[in-house]
Amino acid sequence: MELSFFPRDVFAELDRLQRSMQRAFEFSPSIRGIARGGYPAINVGGTTQSVEVYAFAPGLEAGTIELKLEKGVLSIAGERAVDVPEPNEKASVHVNERFAGRFHRVVALTDDLDPNAVRARYRDGLLHVSIQRREAAQPRKINIE
Amino acid sequence: MKEANENRQPREEQALLPPVDVIEDANGITLYADLPGVSKERLNLHVDGEALTIEGDIGFDMPQGGMEATHAEVSLPRFRRVFTLSKELDTEKLQAELKHGVLKLRIQKAEHAKPRKIVVEAS
Repeated sequence: MELSFFPRDVFAELDRLQRSMQRAFEFSPSIRGIARGGYPAINVGGTTQSVEVYAFAPGLEAGTIELKLEKGVLSIAGERAVDVPEPNEKASVHVNERFAGRFHRVVALTDDLDPNAVRARYRDGLLHVSIQRREAAQPRKINIE
Repeated sequence: MKEANENRQPREEQALLPPVDVIEDANGITLYADLPGVSKERLNLHVDGEALTIEGDIGFDMPQGGMEATHAEVSLPRFRRVFTLSKELDTEKLQAELKHGVLKLRIQKAEHAKPRKIVVEAS
């Protein structure tokens, strides 16, 4: 996921590979930047009424993010533009760690979600998707007659 | 521009290391850093001598009453990375732009450090 399919620079790719290898062996890999799942990194949380998904996807335009919820599976796809220039005489790239290119991540959520009650918001490179649980799945107080 | 050893922090101040791209051309250096969830107000950039520090707090929209985390790839609410700048960079001329969680920093080289063509005079 972290390696791009069209390497611009072999050494940059090797460096990225080395970094991800390093992270894999470290005690707490996530401390070395956003690692475990590649781009975007995802956090999931929940309440009794909803499931909250946070995708850390910096550098996108909100309109280009493809978001889909199908049978409790949320998929996030899109493409991030390349900021690093092609190798040339005028500029040299010293560090190249940021992801560029197409991405696609899938998160399996619970199946008690209401696909018609989804709210998504993209701000400061953070995509927040809030999905309501179905009425029937929410905790209810039961009256005793 | 080098990465400083200060990135190894004591445990209580742990922060995520944001991925960066650093590109140098004849007039200066451009640095891009991924800081998702960091707004302009929560970004802290400072230069102390030759050390450039990029720091930012992630802003989460939490549902009322809090929530229970079930899966977390971003385990800390803060980004931090320190770079050592070299002498030829002019920190007075530092331009910063933050858009959709990407910081773009432009640091110009001091006039004397820019490449110059030397004219050889005929005697």
